[in-house]
Amino acid sequence: MSAMTSLVTTVQPARWQDYVQLLKPRVMSLVVFTGATGLVCAGTPVHPLLGAVAVLCIAVGAGASGALNMWYDADIDAQMRRTRGRPVPAGRVQGSEALALGVTLSMLSVMFMGVALNWLAAGLLAFTIFFYAVVYTMWLKRSTAQNIVIGGLAGALPPVIGWAAAAGEAPANAWLLCAIIFMWTPPHFWALSLYTSEDYEKAGVPMMPVVAGAASTRRQILIYSLLFTPICLVPAFTGLGGAPYLAVAASGAAVFLVLAFRVWRSHAGESADPRLDGRLYDVRAGAKDARNLFAFSILYLTLLFATLLAEKLLGVASFMDLTAGAFG
Amino acid sequence: MNDSPTETPPPRDAFERARRGRNIALALGLVAFAILVFLVTVVRLGANVLDRPL
Repeated sequence: MSAMTSLVTTVQPARWQDYVQLLKPRVMSLVVFTGATGLVCAGTPVHPLLGAVAVLCIAVGAGASGALNMWYDADIDAQMRRTRGRPVPAGRVQGSEALALGVTLSMLSVMFMGVALNWLAAGLLAFTIFFYAVVYTMWLKRSTAQNIVIGGLAGALPPVIGWAAAAGEAPANAWLLCAIIFMWTPPHFWALSLYTSEDYEKAGVPMMPVVAGAASTRRQILIYSLLFTPICLVPAFTGLGGAPYLAVAASGAAVFLVLAFRVWRSHAGESADPRLDGRLYDVRAGAKDARNLFAFSILYLTLLFATLLAEKLLGVASFMDLTAGAFG
Repeated sequence: MNDSPTETPPPRDAFERARRGRNIALALGLVAFAILVFLVTVVRLGANVLDRPL
């Protein structure tokens, strides 16, 4: 009877919103934004419907990766405060359903991208899904402290996919956008993990603060920030960004470096915060510097891509064209 | 026996409401996808069909 009762309680009614949650809508919104920026920055005229389809395919592909991630990581998710309410660990959706949804949407998004736009974009989308679901989720995440460094490539590729969808090629400027997100990922995630490392430790995920300690993580945040911020200025000198972009990138880089320096000097991540239960973004005073860097990193990346997007849509001349005009 | 309130099976109408919601969402998704495929076909092939050699 007891077994029967527990069997009945595992079957909860799955609402359609639970399947939407499997697609990680918040991650999708970021991917839509960076993918659309790549599409617009390509500068190739695309029919508005096909442009929308390209962005939709990128979003659905990212969602499919999310569903595959939630299928495979249900055991980890069940142990972490941030993720234990997700549909699979909470028992509202079966793991096999998440797997089926992920595989189906992966194939649909890649095939539709290939048929509607081109097969270079479709191939890049397929590679991104594979990299996130297999290389990052199934391999790197549980095996190395460099998981988010290498795995960050999956999150960095959408602008290249968008560019390829519009232009049918992926030139150096598209990869520059990829490099910006790729180098942004370590300081962004490590700043977050400095005040959530207890959760990762409990789940056995080898995040940097768990494996190398807080001091080493803070040092690496500073090193990656020193590498990341100059890259943000490069688009102004490759014909991609204009004067407004250079102003935003340079001033933001200065703030980013100051915040990273403060994290390096702080004691963030030295001990777990007992008040964190259920409140991911609330931290104790000692970890305030890590929280500030985490919050500003989101703002900075958004501003960089929003400025590029606005410049292209408004027809602002690139910084290189301006200087060539002034001195030429 | 377990007396936890979470062990009570959800009411049948909750299941049916959830299933109805899932079915409607799936139907809307399929209709939207079919319309999208039609529109993309028109955009991709429309001009080419008119321009083809006779």
